[in-house]
Amino acid sequence: MGALGFILNAEEGERSWRLAEYVKRGGYSALKKIIDENIPPENIVAELKKSSLRGRGGAGFPTGLKWSFMPRQFPGAKYVVCNSDEGEPGTFKDRDILRWNPHMVIEGMIIAGYAMGCARGYNYIHGEIWEIYKRFEEALEEARAAKLLGPNILGSDFSFELQAHHGYGAYICGEETALLESIEGKKGQPRFKPPFPASFGLYGKPTTINNTETFASVPYIINQGGEKFLELGKPNNGGTKLFSVSGHVNRPGNFEVPMGTPFRDLLEMAGGMRSGRKLKGVIPGGSSSPVLPADVIMECTLDYDSIAKAGSMLGSGAVIVMDETTCMVRALERLSYFYFEESCGQCTPCREGTGWLYRVVHRIEHGEGRPEDLDLLNSVTENIMGRTICALGDAASMPVRGFLKHFGAEFEYHIQNKKCLVPEDVQRAGSGFFKAA
Amino acid sequence: MLSQDAIQKIDREIAKYPAEQKQSAVMAALAIAQMEKGWLSTETIEAVAGHLGMAPVAVYEVASFYNMYDLAPVGKVKITVCTNLPCALSGGVHAADYLKQKLGIGFNETTPDGRFTLKEGECMGACGDAPVLLVNNVRMCSFMQPEQIDRLLGECQ
Repeated sequence: MGALGFILNAEEGERSWRLAEYVKRGGYSALKKIIDENIPPENIVAELKKSSLRGRGGAGFPTGLKWSFMPRQFPGAKYVVCNSDEGEPGTFKDRDILRWNPHMVIEGMIIAGYAMGCARGYNYIHGEIWEIYKRFEEALEEARAAKLLGPNILGSDFSFELQAHHGYGAYICGEETALLESIEGKKGQPRFKPPFPASFGLYGKPTTINNTETFASVPYIINQGGEKFLELGKPNNGGTKLFSVSGHVNRPGNFEVPMGTPFRDLLEMAGGMRSGRKLKGVIPGGSSSPVLPADVIMECTLDYDSIAKAGSMLGSGAVIVMDETTCMVRALERLSYFYFEESCGQCTPCREGTGWLYRVVHRIEHGEGRPEDLDLLNSVTENIMGRTICALGDAASMPVRGFLKHFGAEFEYHIQNKKCLVPEDVQRAGSGFFKAA
Repeated sequence: MLSQDAIQKIDREIAKYPAEQKQSAVMAALAIAQMEKGWLSTETIEAVAGHLGMAPVAVYEVASFYNMYDLAPVGKVKITVCTNLPCALSGGVHAADYLKQKLGIGFNETTPDGRFTLKEGECMGACGDAPVLLVNNVRMCSFMQPEQIDRLLGECQ
């Protein structure tokens, strides 16, 4: 695993995340190069633009462009923030990056601070991964002790302080402005934009927020050059990417592969379908991306453009694999419950709409569906999408539309026959939990 | 009242943020207080508010917004099971059913001896390790098949 990439290459031993090991693998050489050669910040941003690195958190926004939005000459405080609040169902890559390679993220953030003229940074870490948070704090201590972090880094006049902020269980804090509110010690409710964080961010100061994997890609780009990074992937889709494969496969886990890798190759790396069952559908980019049926996904390559062309999104690279034992109504019911539960309640269309979506899918699943329910679901999504402050409303709507578009017949069967197309015992066998019994 | 130890830990968190932004430490302070007290009573929330110079209602807002804070007493061992779709495909719901049957309680209930509380959780960012349980908010347990669940319950008895 990770043989093709550079981010997860550190997982061969439990201690390999330590500073000394990271330095042995060439770690912090990008930072040293910048300090030794006194590289101008704008050159770093230019190199990122050349690399075609796109935000790895889900939105895929070009990182170099984002960094160029920061008013570098702004005299007051400015912040760099890392979003490690990974809670989109299916996504579990940042946990592994922080587990095996925390210093690569730290180095990327220090370089970001240098490039954008920021003196402080925070890494917001998902609440449920306490052990990873503690490890990150330890890694920060190591970096401080080695003068890689803190005042006058490596003897230069550049100073940068970095801290970890521990979340406590709220999906919405993965939304960047909700995350900022959360660091400020408030409920994590997204802010209306504009103003964008680059002008009004943490504590009202210019702020740039990137995903863990995005920061981890930065040292490589500085060391090897933007073009080399771009060559790892394909045009407009630079680099390698971590894909988190979960669900009905033999070996779930993270796989770091070049952008543009065929889906069927990834499926093979994950050990193929569990018990050799037939593939039914795949959610290719985290729970909010529309599901794709087997015949469509099997022809896709894994990059932003190919998945978009197929009618879904690469998102965070969370690939949820479902085989023939899956009831698609039950699958959507669980996802709809999640968005209903996690809506922050600020915007009426999302707060009320996610409840409607969940209740209607719930009644279909429980044999109480009505013939008009499918139209009703589509109509509710229309009344949510584009009418809310943040993307959670859209994230709740897109799976509903995807499931109805590709598996509508299964929903109709449920409504007409008041039961599932897939027998209960077949579904039960699918999870593999009762195999011992 | 918070212990000296808790106050010291909270002060270390306050130091992470700019001097005029003490409020940023509220999430950590509540987590530290909860670890000490077991759950967040009104008195505990008021103590945190006092220490950070915040209005108690602002602290309560935070405590009630984030899922991992407990605003009512829980058992000594709180087990949160992820039942979200990726976990469910690999037995998350079945692991929860198994725990319910073993402990004789449902979600949001505590065993009569006050030992175990069972909670349904949302995505913990560990879908590849399903079924996944979180014990007392800090210990993540991966690949929890019946045998592993039995062992965990035995350890916690």
